[in-house]
Amino acid sequence: MIEIRGLHKYFGEVHVLQGIDLDVNKGEVLSIIGASGSGKSTLLYCINALEGIDEGRITVDGVEVHAKSTDINKLRQKLGMVFQQWNSFPHLTALENVALSPRIVRKMSRSDAKKLAARRLEHIGLGDKLNSYPNALSGGQQQRLAIARALAMEPSYMLFDETTSALDPELVGEVLDAMRLLAEEGMTMICVTHEMGFARDVSDRVAYIHDGAIEEIGTPEQIFSNPKSERTSRFLANVR
Amino acid sequence: MESTSIFFTSFKTTDLWFLAEAAYRTLLISGISISLGTVLGLIFGWLLHEGRLISTFILSPFLDIFRSVPLIIQLVLAYNFAPIIGLNIDPFGSGAIVLTIYTTALVANVVRGGIDSVGIPMRRAARSLGMTYWQDMIYVVSPIGIRAVFPAWVGVALGVMKDSALVSVLGYVELLRASQILITRTQEPFLILALAGAFYFALSFPIARFSERLEKRWSQ
Ligand SMILES: Nc1ncnc2c1ncn2[C@@H]1O[C@H](COP(=O)(O)OP(=O)(O)OP(=O)(O)O)[C@@H](O)[C@H]1O
Ligand SMILES: [Mg+2]
Repeated sequence: MIEIRGLHKYFGEVHVLQGIDLDVNKGEVLSIIGASGSGKSTLLYCINALEGIDEGRITVDGVEVHAKSTDINKLRQKLGMVFQQWNSFPHLTALENVALSPRIVRKMSRSDAKKLAARRLEHIGLGDKLNSYPNALSGGQQQRLAIARALAMEPSYMLFDETTSALDPELVGEVLDAMRLLAEEGMTMICVTHEMGFARDVSDRVAYIHDGAIEEIGTPEQIFSNPKSERTSRFLANVR
Repeated sequence: MESTSIFFTSFKTTDLWFLAEAAYRTLLISGISISLGTVLGLIFGWLLHEGRLISTFILSPFLDIFRSVPLIIQLVLAYNFAPIIGLNIDPFGSGAIVLTIYTTALVANVVRGGIDSVGIPMRRAARSLGMTYWQDMIYVVSPIGIRAVFPAWVGVALGVMKDSALVSVLGYVELLRASQILITRTQEPFLILALAGAFYFALSFPIARFSERLEKRWSQ
C-alpha cells in the first residue's frame, strides 16, 4: 500500500504540490488526470524519490520513502516507473536493456537475467526483437520495452507518467493494451494519463488534480458521469 | 669544399635510427601526458559536471587558463619557473607535466560534455530501476557519454601528440628537435622533414584507425 499524507512540494517559490493525501491499495489501478503543470509528474517523482519533498510523508508498504534511513535504491525496486520519453538505453539491445538491472541491481547471474528478460519481452510482444537495438524499434515498441524493463525488477507497484503522450497516434493502442494486460494481471498501478478512455475503462479510481491538490477522487463513473466539483466538469468538458 | 664536409655530412642509415629514437621520445612524452591527462580529465570533468561551488568558481577558471594560454608559453614559463621555487626538473619532466595539465584541461571539458549529453530523463530512468548513482554512471552514463565524445577525445589525443613537438624548445630531443639537428647537419630539409612527417603519421595512424573501427562498431 502507498500512503501519502500532507505532501507539499516547492520548486523554488512555486508551490507545486499543495497538501496531497492519497492511499493506493494493493491491486488497485488509479488514474491521475489534470491540466498541464498541475503537478501530476511531480507527484509520481515524489513517490519514488526522484524528487525530494518539503513537507508530509509518503510510505510504501510501511516504509517511509523520504526518511534518511531508507535504502532508496532498494525501495525503488518495488516501484517500477515508465516515463513519457521511453529512455531506452541506446547502447544495449532490447534483451540487454531489460536484463541490465536484474543483473546489476538484483545480482542475478547473466544467464538468469537474460532468461528473465526474454520472458518479459515475449510476454509484451517483443519476442522477435530481442537482439534489436532501440534505434531499430518504433516508439511504441520502445515504450513496451520500457515497460518490460521496469517489470523485470518484479515491482509491486507501477508508476506510469503519460506513457503514450509522445507517441504517434497509431502507436498509442499497443502501449495501452500492454498496460491493460498488466492491470488485468493484478498489478497495482498509478497512471498519469491524458487518455480518458483508458482512465474510464481500466481504473478502479480516478483522481483529478488541480493546481497541486486533489480536487476530486472517485470511481470512473462518478468522475466522468457525475463529477461533484465544478472544476472537474470544466476540465472534462475541455478534454472531450 | 673540404671544410664544409666537416660540418655537412649526408644522410646516413644511422640517422634513421636517430629519428626513430626521437619518435619513441615523442611517443613516450605524449603517451604519458595523454594517459595521465585522461585519467585526471575524467575526475575533473566529473567535478565540472557535478557543478558544485568549488568547481564553478575555482576549477573551471583554472582549467580555462590552461586551455587558452598557448602551450609554448606554458612550457617556457614552467621550465624557467621550476628552479625559482627550488625544483630541478629536466626538460622531459617539465614538458610532461605541462602537457599533462594541458591534456587534463582539454579532456575535462570533453568529459563534462559527455556526461551532460546523457539527459536527466535517461538518468532518472536508470535510477528508477534501483541503480545506485555509481551503477548509473558506470552502466548507463559512461557508455552513452563515451560514444558521444569519443571522436572529440581522439582529436585531443592526436592534437597533444603533435603539440608535444613544442617541448623541443626546452631541449628535449623528440621528433621535431631531432629533425632540426639532422637538417642542420645534412642540409637536406625535404628528405628529413618528410621522414619526420612519416613518423608522426605512423604514430597517429593506428589511433585514428582504431577509433574509426570502434565508432563503426558502435554505430550499428
Ligand atoms: N525541476 C523543476 N524545476 C522547477 N520547476 C519545475 C520542475 N519540474 C516541474 N516544475 C514545475 O512544476 C509544475 C508542475 O510540473 P509537473 O511536471 O508535475 O506538471 P504535470 O502535471 O506533470 O504537467 P504535464 O501534463 O505538462 O506533464 C509546473 O509548473 C512546472 O513548471
Ligand atoms: Mg507531466
